Amino acid sequence: MADPILAIRNLNKSFGALKATDDVSLDLRHGEIHALIGPNGAGKTTLIHQISGSLKPDAGRIEFMGADVTGLSLSQRARSGLGRSFQISSLALEFSALRNVMLAVQSYQGSSFRFFKPVMRDASLIDPAMAVLERVGIADRAHVAASELSHGERRKLEIAIALAMKSRAFLFDEPMAGMGPEGSKQLTTFLDELRGEAPILLVEHDMDAVFALADRISVLVYGRVIASGTVDEIRSDPEVRRAYLGEHAE
Amino acid sequence: MNRSIPVNVVLALLPVGIALGAVAFDEPFFVTLATRMAILALAATGLNLALGLGGLVSFGHAAFFGIGGYAAGILATHALYMQPILTWPVEIGGTDSMPAIWLVAVVVAGLVALGTGAISLRTSGVYFIMITLAFAQMIYYFAISWPAYGGEDGLSVPTRAVFPGVNTATPMGFFAVCYGALLVGVTIFAILRASRFGAALQAARQNETRLAAVGIAPFRIKLVAFVLSAMLTAVAGALFADLNRFASPSMMSWQMSGELIVLIILGGTGRLFGPVAGAVLFVLIEHLLGGATERWQLFLGLILLGVVLFARGGMVGLLAGKPRHG
Ligand SMILES: Nc1ncnc2c1ncn2[C@@H]1O[C@H](COP(=O)(O)OP(=O)(O)OP(=O)(O)O)[C@@H](O)[C@H]1O
Ligand SMILES: [Mg+2]
Repeated sequence: MADPILAIRNLNKSFGALKATDDVSLDLRHGEIHALIGPNGAGKTTLIHQISGSLKPDAGRIEFMGADVTGLSLSQRARSGLGRSFQISSLALEFSALRNVMLAVQSYQGSSFRFFKPVMRDASLIDPAMAVLERVGIADRAHVAASELSHGERRKLEIAIALAMKSRAFLFDEPMAGMGPEGSKQLTTFLDELRGEAPILLVEHDMDAVFALADRISVLVYGRVIASGTVDEIRSDPEVRRAYLGEHAE
Repeated sequence: MNRSIPVNVVLALLPVGIALGAVAFDEPFFVTLATRMAILALAATGLNLALGLGGLVSFGHAAFFGIGGYAAGILATHALYMQPILTWPVEIGGTDSMPAIWLVAVVVAGLVALGTGAISLRTSGVYFIMITLAFAQMIYYFAISWPAYGGEDGLSVPTRAVFPGVNTATPMGFFAVCYGALLVGVTIFAILRASRFGAALQAARQNETRLAAVGIAPFRIKLVAFVLSAMLTAVAGALFADLNRFASPSMMSWQMSGELIVLIILGGTGRLFGPVAGAVLFVLIEHLLGGATERWQLFLGLILLGVVLFARGGMVGLLAGKPRHG
């Protein structure tokens, strides 16, 4: 088995007395979707924050593509190919959808210390940005300010941005939330194809999507991974059923 | 239809119109007012880079304005008395050439901004405002405690510096230089705003986490913006000292920093011609009301209150509508 692209080892994070991440270890392998599920407040987002570099872990280690990235910042990890979306979408709200994506293209192309050429006349930024908007299906909204996009469109825009960075691995935090059944279905198909390009660590509450997509599932409860395995293993795990799945498992 | 183009053209021509009108009606004092407008607009255009595009509310830009002013005053004084500023390791003399003075102003202000910015930009929000204020106050007290260059009395500029091909001793000649400098400043602002750097800077204002999440470190972007911003404001300071034939410590006071912020808010934060609109309005209020009542600042306060409450986009926002972001 090839080395995992992303390896999380013994990660710990406390907020005061609250242990939000309790000795978590997990892997993301090439070509897979690894779903991270768990009840509200289990620490899923906190874990994504630590992996992406938004939060510093108290202890533990994160390896990405064979290198220790634990000490790197959010922007450094992003540049090294770790793309993420936010549970509460985080966009440059005054910029159009297109310009939000162009920012990612610009970052991927190298330096932002270019002071002369106007971005809106730069086909090397606009064309790739339009192409990803097309792919996620919001090209017709390219020139609309992010603040005026619908909730679902913002979620798609977040994914478009991660795509435009040509990320080597994706961390998606509840991309389906609030999408509606039709939107969730579309996105499920989309992520299914995307795993071929780069593996996805997927935090999701939508169990239909998780069971349809995941190669492996890890279950987080009170900051701790209580089970990890294939869809079938997790569905039949009694502890998981008790702690979380309940009615979903049928 | 985008109204910002005609509005910008009118605003760009306003100082020229006032200066020419002053000549036509034989009111030379209005040439001075127009010059003052151009210089303050340039200073505020510098600040607009940091504040308008990057959201960096620097409450210390008067320091850079003052550094420009003292550069002009010190260099001109040394040139007049033919005293070298430095004799070792190399001899550096004074100069009364504007381009040389500006270069010194830009370099010194840029270095000071690099140092103070590197520290200030580790904070944000109110802390950033306070720490930029603190640095500016330190520089202010340094200036007034330096007897060699006038201390609290300030430093008179014996002769106005010269610019190749222009007679800066005439009011219109000097206005032309200041107005030209303003147009160059506004052009630099426009080019930067449209560039990749400008995109990153504006994203840093809107959502720093988003900028970092695409892989661009906000700190360095903001620091470069802060330095460029200081440099533009310093050139305006050099011109201001030449206008008044005097480099005053008050150029570095916190009131001056506040005035620059007020100009921007009045005119339209982040807008290309916001500082011009703000400076024209400010200087007119100062002149028209300042002549009539000691309490003109009260009226300025009321106008500012009106803008903040009812016209968030300032004058440019009022006239040209919302900015477009492509
Ligand atoms: N910055 C913080 N300071 C203090 N406590 C925090 C902080 N961030 C998260 N927490 C707490 O840590 C726990 C885990 O939160 P987290 O957001 O990671 O949960 P989650 O699994 O993503 O939940 P959800 O499914 O609701 O998104 C919660 O109890 C939360 O209140
Ligand atoms: Mg969460």
